[in-house]
Amino acid sequence: MSALLKVTGLSTLICGGPLPVRAVDGVSFDIAAGETFALVGESGCGKSMTALSIMRLLPEAGEIAGGTVELAGENLLALPESRMRDVRGRRVAMIFQEPGLSLNPVMTVGAQIAEAVTRHTALTGAAVEARVLELLDAVRMPDARRRMTEYPFQMSGGMKQRVMIAIALACDPDLLIADEPTTALDVTVQAQVLELLRELQRSRGMAMLLITHDLGVVAQMAQRVAVMYAGEIIETAPVDLFFAGPAHPYSRKLFESLPDRAGRGKTLAAIRGTVPALTRQFTGCRFAERCDSALAHCADTIPQWGAVREGQRAKCHLYGSDERGVMSDERGEASAERGVMNDERTSPRETAVRSSLITHHSSLLQVEDLQVHFPIRKGLLQRVTGQVKAVDGVSLEIAPCRTLGLVGESGCGKTTVGKGLLRLVAPTGGRVLFDGTDLLTLKRSALRGRRRHAQIIFQDPYASLNPRVRIGDALEEGMLALGVGATAEERATRIDALLAEVGLAAEVKGRYPHEFSGGQRQRIAIARALSVEPQLIVCDEPTSALDVSVQAQILNLLKRLQRSKGLAYLFISHNMAVVEYMADEVAVMYLGRIVERGTVAEVLRNPRHPYTQALLSAVPVADPQAARPVIRVAGDLPSPLNPPQGCHFHPRCGAALPQCATQFPDEKTFSASHATRCHLYDRA
Amino acid sequence: MMPFIVEWLWSDALVWLLVVAAIGFALYTRRHPHLRAPWARVARSASGMAAATVLAAFVLVGLMDSLHYRAALPQQGGKTAYATEVRSLLDRVLEPLRLTREKTYSAPLATHLYAKETVQLQDGTEARVFPRLRHGGAHLKDPQADWCLDVAMKAFRGLTFGLLLWFVVAIGICAAVARGRDAGIEMVWRDAWAGRTEVPWRAVFCALGLLCILIGPVAALAPYYHVLGTDKVGQDVLYQALKSIRTGLVIGTLATLVMLPFALVLGLMAGYFKGWVDDLIQYLYTTLSSIPGVLLIAAAVLMMQVYIENHAELFPTTEIRADVRLLALCVILGVTSWTGLCRLLRGEALKLREMEYIQAAHAFGVSHWRVMMRHITPNVMHIVMIALVMDFSGLVLAEAVLSYVGVGVDPSMISFGTMINSARLEMAREPMVWWSLAAAFVFMLTLVLAANLFADAVRDAFDPRLIVGGRS
Amino acid sequence: MTAYITRRLIYGLFVLVGVNVFTFALFFFVNSPDDMARAQLGAKRVTPEAVAKWKHERGYDKPLFLNEKSTGVAKLTDTVFFEKSAKLFVFEFGASDQGRNIGYDISTRMWPSLAVQLPAFIIGLLVYISFALLMAFFRATYLDFWGVVLCVLMMSISGLFYIIGGQFVFGKLWNLVPISGYDTGFDAIKFLALPVLIGVISGIGSSARWYRTIFLEEISKDYVRTARAKGLSETRVLFRHVLQNAMIPILTGVVVVIPLLFMGALITESFFGIPGLGSYTIDAISQQDFAIVRVMVFLGSVLYIIGLILTDISYTLVDPRVRFS
Repeated sequence: MSALLKVTGLSTLICGGPLPVRAVDGVSFDIAAGETFALVGESGCGKSMTALSIMRLLPEAGEIAGGTVELAGENLLALPESRMRDVRGRRVAMIFQEPGLSLNPVMTVGAQIAEAVTRHTALTGAAVEARVLELLDAVRMPDARRRMTEYPFQMSGGMKQRVMIAIALACDPDLLIADEPTTALDVTVQAQVLELLRELQRSRGMAMLLITHDLGVVAQMAQRVAVMYAGEIIETAPVDLFFAGPAHPYSRKLFESLPDRAGRGKTLAAIRGTVPALTRQFTGCRFAERCDSALAHCADTIPQWGAVREGQRAKCHLYGSDERGVMSDERGEASAERGVMNDERTSPRETAVRSSLITHHSSLLQVEDLQVHFPIRKGLLQRVTGQVKAVDGVSLEIAPCRTLGLVGESGCGKTTVGKGLLRLVAPTGGRVLFDGTDLLTLKRSALRGRRRHAQIIFQDPYASLNPRVRIGDALEEGMLALGVGATAEERATRIDALLAEVGLAAEVKGRYPHEFSGGQRQRIAIARALSVEPQLIVCDEPTSALDVSVQAQILNLLKRLQRSKGLAYLFISHNMAVVEYMADEVAVMYLGRIVERGTVAEVLRNPRHPYTQALLSAVPVADPQAARPVIRVAGDLPSPLNPPQGCHFHPRCGAALPQCATQFPDEKTFSASHATRCHLYDRA
Repeated sequence: MMPFIVEWLWSDALVWLLVVAAIGFALYTRRHPHLRAPWARVARSASGMAAATVLAAFVLVGLMDSLHYRAALPQQGGKTAYATEVRSLLDRVLEPLRLTREKTYSAPLATHLYAKETVQLQDGTEARVFPRLRHGGAHLKDPQADWCLDVAMKAFRGLTFGLLLWFVVAIGICAAVARGRDAGIEMVWRDAWAGRTEVPWRAVFCALGLLCILIGPVAALAPYYHVLGTDKVGQDVLYQALKSIRTGLVIGTLATLVMLPFALVLGLMAGYFKGWVDDLIQYLYTTLSSIPGVLLIAAAVLMMQVYIENHAELFPTTEIRADVRLLALCVILGVTSWTGLCRLLRGEALKLREMEYIQAAHAFGVSHWRVMMRHITPNVMHIVMIALVMDFSGLVLAEAVLSYVGVGVDPSMISFGTMINSARLEMAREPMVWWSLAAAFVFMLTLVLAANLFADAVRDAFDPRLIVGGRS
Repeated sequence: MTAYITRRLIYGLFVLVGVNVFTFALFFFVNSPDDMARAQLGAKRVTPEAVAKWKHERGYDKPLFLNEKSTGVAKLTDTVFFEKSAKLFVFEFGASDQGRNIGYDISTRMWPSLAVQLPAFIIGLLVYISFALLMAFFRATYLDFWGVVLCVLMMSISGLFYIIGGQFVFGKLWNLVPISGYDTGFDAIKFLALPVLIGVISGIGSSARWYRTIFLEEISKDYVRTARAKGLSETRVLFRHVLQNAMIPILTGVVVVIPLLFMGALITESFFGIPGLGSYTIDAISQQDFAIVRVMVFLGSVLYIIGLILTDISYTLVDPRVRFS
């Protein structure tokens, strides 16, 4: 098969800092016409820079240092800029990660699409408008004629990404580069956009370079895949072979670190250490120092491509010849099993703590009908004209030493629940009973005494530590404020112990946050929450800003701490797999209300509410064989400012009944723990 | 008995307080790597370091002019009496310039007055001639013949001395760097010129060299000539220009310093507490900033003038009066310019209060006061630092305009504004007198340009993304 | 939208009340009218009678807030505060300390001010934006570098020198235009050309550099990359996308000064002998005419607040996000 795009030895430097960063270092691959090729890797591995180098749209500090990019035999890197502009948008088009930032905010979307049309075709006037409409229809934009005259800020994220796709399709390009096209979107919307991309690609015979960090997306979209690590491609394979048996130790680790239901009892495989700095010249395998199967010469000999199976190649010393590849396969599996064994070996003391807490079945935290409303002020006198019901009557219960997973899409109010019950935002109603005391009626001073029992961990590891405060001082802050540890020495000893507990050396006390990676910062944030010996920790998306391998480390740590300290977690996340791995019970939120709750097994394996069903089916699974029908959810999340009447989900629900539009359903219970709010089960 | 008593003017006290604070801040910064990092970036900027070198020279002059004393008068009886005039260290150093007053205008390096006078010749007749200067070139027997050679010789000697001084200082710097790096002086010297050192010493050496080349000849000539001529009342222009530096520096630094506490406290409170506190503070600064700056200053200065005139007894000497007026001007300039910084800080505090580390502090029940002190204030200090250096040049320029309008410094105080104001009509004079203006122009341009370049380096180092300006 | 503008108007009114109270405090509490009289009369002529006469002629002899001697409403209206401060709200400016009618002076003198300021403003804006666009287009080249150097150099020169230098070069050396003066009608052009030119030049440094920063900020945004990915040329990206977005921050700084153009430029007008409000203010300051200074302070705030409201309105014109919310 002849390649449409052939990239050979592409190298890109970023020259912003004191030393040039070799963001892309000798990358070669090719894409056939009509094929979907996925480039997968963790953040900072150079996958986006590869795409931008192909388009020659690098940021100003970037510079292509070598290699060729041939599109149908023509080297794009040798073209003069004016000729390259004819290629962009006409033969190669690109869509970006952040649809919200990638559209011009002060131009109508119609004009932005029209611009792409007129740039490369001779169409004028009404013909352009017709073409724009046709494109908007092609990306299934509802009410396309009206939407044409709207501005990006009037649209939801999913619609903006559709507009981006329409722009990219304007001139029927031969190749579409999609750089993390759904990362910024919610999972139900992601499912819509992925399906759209797949169909468009198929119907137009367009080749696609898909860049993503999500193995699930790869499994559903791509025919071939390449794994990038530290600026180079380390493995390429057809998708089915890759998912059946990833060859490179790094690829394998990526799979093993994915949390899922099968791994619930186990510790996740985490990759030790961090990605090496790309400023240095490599003399050996880039992954050697983090690799469990490293051989003696890995550190000082650069590995060459070795064939694993038909079409699958890896840049690893394990694959010099075929037999060794097979051998190492077995070795990998053996080590994975060892991992399982390690985990089940819980100390007797921990087991005792755990079982005693479990039998003691009264709830630690009981939230009843929690409401957090934000007033909307309008008009001349700024009168309150309405309420944004961010949280509208949420009831939860967490037992000691248990984890309640709170899942939902962005804007559903799950973070506000977490902050509301700690009174970091002021709730407008309801009760939060902690050990029998209602936290919401306490005065500020009385509340302070209770603060040490419940703490919080945040999503963004970069925002959760003050850059101007030393780690030791940050850990001491809570103890000082809440009077834990009477003397400075006592506190210092506690800090050392805390740091050891989260896997950091005691010396880090005197350092500042900027010296730490995202995962390390998250460990520090966990230590800070632990410093006042809480019984409950609200974990607000603690791993969603982290790469999967680091996520695995943090999840492992949280699990271990729960066992040893008998902590209860309110685990807030949009990631089903993580919740499935972490939680004992799950509550699903939609627009400020809980629509279904129960144990993990009940809710995630036997979902009753149509929304839960849709949500679960929309999650991409890292298995190309898994042929599940995706339950399509129409449209986007409505604004919490003006939620639909009755059941909030009914306008998007495929099974909506007449009464759904008028009244909010009562809770139906299926077991002692499993309940949902849906009219479908009214008869039952 | 002492030969003098030190006289602390209010502005001196504040200037030295500022110096002490700056040194303290520098020592504190040295020990904190995250505070040191942006300054290290400043130190890597070639233009910034060259500008800093020039600024250092200006600051040196300004500081010398901020040590005031009153000299002891010749003793009468057992008691020591002190002069009523307050002089500064700079005045003492520049005594040859200060005391050598001519009658009226004389051109730079001239030996004769710039205006003809009727003099009685020895034979009793009267003639209109350019009379010899009392001091400028007075040592020459035959100015026509000797002037050129004398000036050239003295300039050359000064130049040699200047270059020597430059070399000594440059080698000194290299030696200091070499000690820190454990390398040879020669090696550092060569690295510096090849641009291989982390701090661009080459730029510093160049700026320093330029300064030495200029200062050397001027210093050599100044005792014998009026290097920049004299003004209408015969005062040396170079002396005036040097004296103007302190005025500019004081206004440029103290005005921002005066407003800093208000801007910081109010801006952070508005952003952190929101609600009615925010409304009140916003109202306050909208009201103040709605009055056009010059008019507000004019109104306030007028009122101050009336106050000083009516309470003459509070200000015994002209120096003290001029000094109080200078300080008052700083306060007023500060009041009119704090709104911009206040707005910036409010915006930043609004952003910071939502940061997760502050939420974490709230989850510990940390008090508002502590959150503000520990978590918010240190994270806005870069904005304060940028505002401090960015405002400096604007204030120096504003002083000139205000003094021209008549609401600036006291007319008896030498400043760039008063220099320009008294010289502005001289351009229309025939023949034209250009040197006063030219001197003011060159000194001011150098000071402001150096300040601007340094401010740019600081801004880039502290926050490259912050756009300064915006809604004023 | 209307509700928003109305709210801003009412807020502006409150701000004016604040300004009024502030100036009143500044002028009548920091110094008493007696002090002002003494300062005006000069040390030689100060006698209690002269002070009393001076105050009576100018109406400063009334009580500040409450006139016990009057009856009814006059208790409040026959006071210094009402006569001198409150009446400003209905634009009754009264007489200056020298006895001139301030309202009349302002109405005749604002036109020459505008004649200088408006052309300088419009030409200036065009020049600054073009210069900044040029630098942004050639960013990271020598042209950009030296452009910035020029800007920094130009903004380091005091405005006074631009005027003095301009008068010297164009007026004295080349004799192209009269050095100062003013005429009505078409002849005014020869008097206006130089002040306008100098007004434009003296602002280039800071404005062009600031606009350049705004342009570069916009250029680094993601939507520009999208535009480039469509295959658009750099000029089209700059003019169609960047310029339109950059106008929003530029407008904030620019629209607010439009009403203030009436106030004239203090220094320019006094150097060029233009009989506008700027030189009027300067004269008032040098003659210590407190009444005029007070009125000008108030007028300045009124114009500033109008500027703020105009800014709000202009936002709705350029920014659809504001228009539709």
